[in-house]
Amino acid sequence: MLQITGVSRRFGDVTALADVSLEIRQGEFFALLGPSGCGKTTLLRILAGFESPDSGTVTLDGADLLGQAAHRRPVNLMFQSYALFPHMTVAKNVAYGLERERLSKAEIRDRVGEVLAKVGLEQMAGRRPQQLSGGQRQRVALARAIVKRPRLLLLDEPLSALDKKVRAEMQLELKRLQHEVGITFVVVTHDQEEAMSLADRIAVFNAGRVEQVDEPVALYERPRTPFTAGFVGASNLFAGRACSAGLAADGLGVLPGVSDLPDGTPALLAVRPERLRLDGEQGQGVLRGEVADVSFYGGVSHVSVAVPGRAEPVLVATPGATQVRAGTRVALSWAPGDGALVPQ
Amino acid sequence: MTRSTVSGATAAPRSRRSRAPGRTAAGRSAVGRLVFLGPGLAYLIVLLLVPLALVLSYTIFRRGRFGGVVYEATGENFTRLLDPLYLDVIVGSLKLASIATVIALLVGYPTAYLIAQLPRKWKTIALVAIVLPFWTNFLVRIYAWIVLLSGPGLVNSTLGDLGLGPFEFLYNQGTIVTGLVYSYLPLMVLPLYAAIEKLDPQLREASANLGARPARTFVSVTLPLTLPGVVTGCLFVFVPSFGNFIIPELLGGGRSIMVGNLIRDQFLKARDWPFGSTLALALLAVLVVLLLLQAWSARRA
Repeated sequence: MLQITGVSRRFGDVTALADVSLEIRQGEFFALLGPSGCGKTTLLRILAGFESPDSGTVTLDGADLLGQAAHRRPVNLMFQSYALFPHMTVAKNVAYGLERERLSKAEIRDRVGEVLAKVGLEQMAGRRPQQLSGGQRQRVALARAIVKRPRLLLLDEPLSALDKKVRAEMQLELKRLQHEVGITFVVVTHDQEEAMSLADRIAVFNAGRVEQVDEPVALYERPRTPFTAGFVGASNLFAGRACSAGLAADGLGVLPGVSDLPDGTPALLAVRPERLRLDGEQGQGVLRGEVADVSFYGGVSHVSVAVPGRAEPVLVATPGATQVRAGTRVALSWAPGDGALVPQ
Repeated sequence: MTRSTVSGATAAPRSRRSRAPGRTAAGRSAVGRLVFLGPGLAYLIVLLLVPLALVLSYTIFRRGRFGGVVYEATGENFTRLLDPLYLDVIVGSLKLASIATVIALLVGYPTAYLIAQLPRKWKTIALVAIVLPFWTNFLVRIYAWIVLLSGPGLVNSTLGDLGLGPFEFLYNQGTIVTGLVYSYLPLMVLPLYAAIEKLDPQLREASANLGARPARTFVSVTLPLTLPGVVTGCLFVFVPSFGNFIIPELLGGGRSIMVGNLIRDQFLKARDWPFGSTLALALLAVLVVLLLLQAWSARRA
C-alpha cells in the first residue's frame, strides 16, 4: 500500500535518512523503532509532507505522495506534543479536519460524537485542551487524527508523554482502535517494548538506515545485525568467528548457537538473559564464573556473572527471587537454539 | 529525595524559632519591601499621580487671565468640549491615529511573521534593525522626512528624473499618518514578534495535516493565537499617535491639528489651563477605555 523507495535526506553534514526503502501493507500496524536522532521522525515528517527528501519516491496506493501538498494528503499525523489547538474546545479540535472537507454540520456533529465515544471522551467535548490530563489529551489527538478516516495514520512517539500505568492502558486501546477502524498505522518510537507490544512488523532504524524489518518475535529471537541485537531487548553479546557448533569465541572456547554463516566469518553471538541457565559450580556449563551482583525486580531477578576471559559481566535473568548470592561460583548454559549468530 | 528531606528537616526548626520574635521579622520584611518599592512608588506619586490630580482638578475651574487657574467652580470647560470645533479635532485625531494603527498592523504583522521564521542569528539582527531608529533622536528623524519629501527633496528629484511630479507630499494628513506609522511601527512589530515567536510551529503543521490550506491555517490558528500581540501592538501605536503633537506640527504644517497640538496650544498659547486640562481628560478617557478593552481581551485569551 505504502511504498517507500530509496529515500534519502541530509541536513547539512548530518544524514537523517540514507537510502531507506520500506513497504507497508494495508491495515498493518507498523513501527519505526530506533534511538533518538536515527531519522525515524524525519521519515514520518516526509510522509506527512512537512519535509521533502533529497531523493527517492513514496507512493500511496500506487499514486505519488511527495508531489502532493501536506494539506491534500490522505495521511494524518498524531504529533508527539499532540499539537492540540489551545483556543478550541475538544469537540472543535476534533471537528477541525472535517470542517476542512466542507461536510454538513449534522454529519460533522455525528462523526465527532462517534469518535469521542470511541476514545471515551464524550463528557469532555466542551473542555479546552489545557483542562485535560495527559492521557485525555493524547486521546483527543488520536480522535482528531482518526476522525478524517485517513488511508494512513502516523503516530509520533504517541505514548512517550504518559506515565507508565496510563501508557499500558493506552497501548491496549491503540491496538483495539486499530482493529476497529482498520486504518494502517505507522508508529514512531524509541521504546522497543512499545514497538514490540503494538506492532505487526517493526523496522529498526540506526543512523538513517534500516537495519532490519521483521515481526516482533523474529526480531527478538533472530536479530540480523549487531545493532538490532544490542538495541532490541537486552542481550549478552560474544565476539568471535562462526563455526559449525555456533561461535568460536575469543578466549572462551566454542559457544553453542545456530549458525547459517560460513565457518570463520567474524560474528557476534547474542543470547538473551532469560535464556541463560544458572547452575551450581558442579553443574554442566558452557561458561563458568562468579556472581558479581544480584538485583531483585519483583517478577524477575537479574544476576550478573563475572566470567574470566570476558570484560563485561554476563547478565542472567531468572524468574522470581533467587538463592544465588554475590561471590557464589556458578555455571552458565543455554540451548543452541537460543544463541543467535549475527554477522559482524 | 534525600536532599529534600534534609532541607525540610532544617527548615522546620528555623520556622519555629522565627515564630517567637515574629514581629521583628515581619517588620524587617516590610522595610525590605519599602527599599525595593520605594523609588518606583515615589516616582509614580510625585511625577504621575500628583500632576495628574492637579490637571484633573483644573477642569472644574475658571481660567486665569495670564495662565494658571482661578479657583471658582464651573462646568463651562466641559460644555466647550462639545463645541463642534473641538469635537472635530478629537474625532480627526481618532481617525488619523486609527489609520496609522491599521497601516502599522498591516505592515507590521507580515514583518514580525517573517522575522519569527528566520534562523536564530538573523532573528537577532532583524530585531536590532527594527529597534535601530530609536537610537537616533526623534526630532532629527522627523526632520529627515521633511528633507526627503520637500519640493526639491530626494523623492521629488528622483521622480523628476523619471519625468514625474513634482508632487506636494508635505503638510497634509497623509504626511502625518506616514510620520506616525514610521515612528511607531517598531512598537507594533515587537509585541507581534513576541506573540508569533511563542506560537508552537507544530500547531500550523497540525492544521495543514488536517487539510487546511495556508490561508485557512492563518485565519483559524495563527491569528486567533496571536491576537493578544495584535491588541498590544495596536495599543502601543494608537496611544502615542492619538496624543501626538510633534508629528502634526512638523509634517502637518500646522494646518491640520490633532488633539495633542490643541492641548499644547491651550496651555502655552491660549493660556487656558482649565480647558487644556479638560481636553487632556478627554484624551485620557479614550485611552482608559482602550486599555480596559485590551485587559478584557487579554483575560479572555
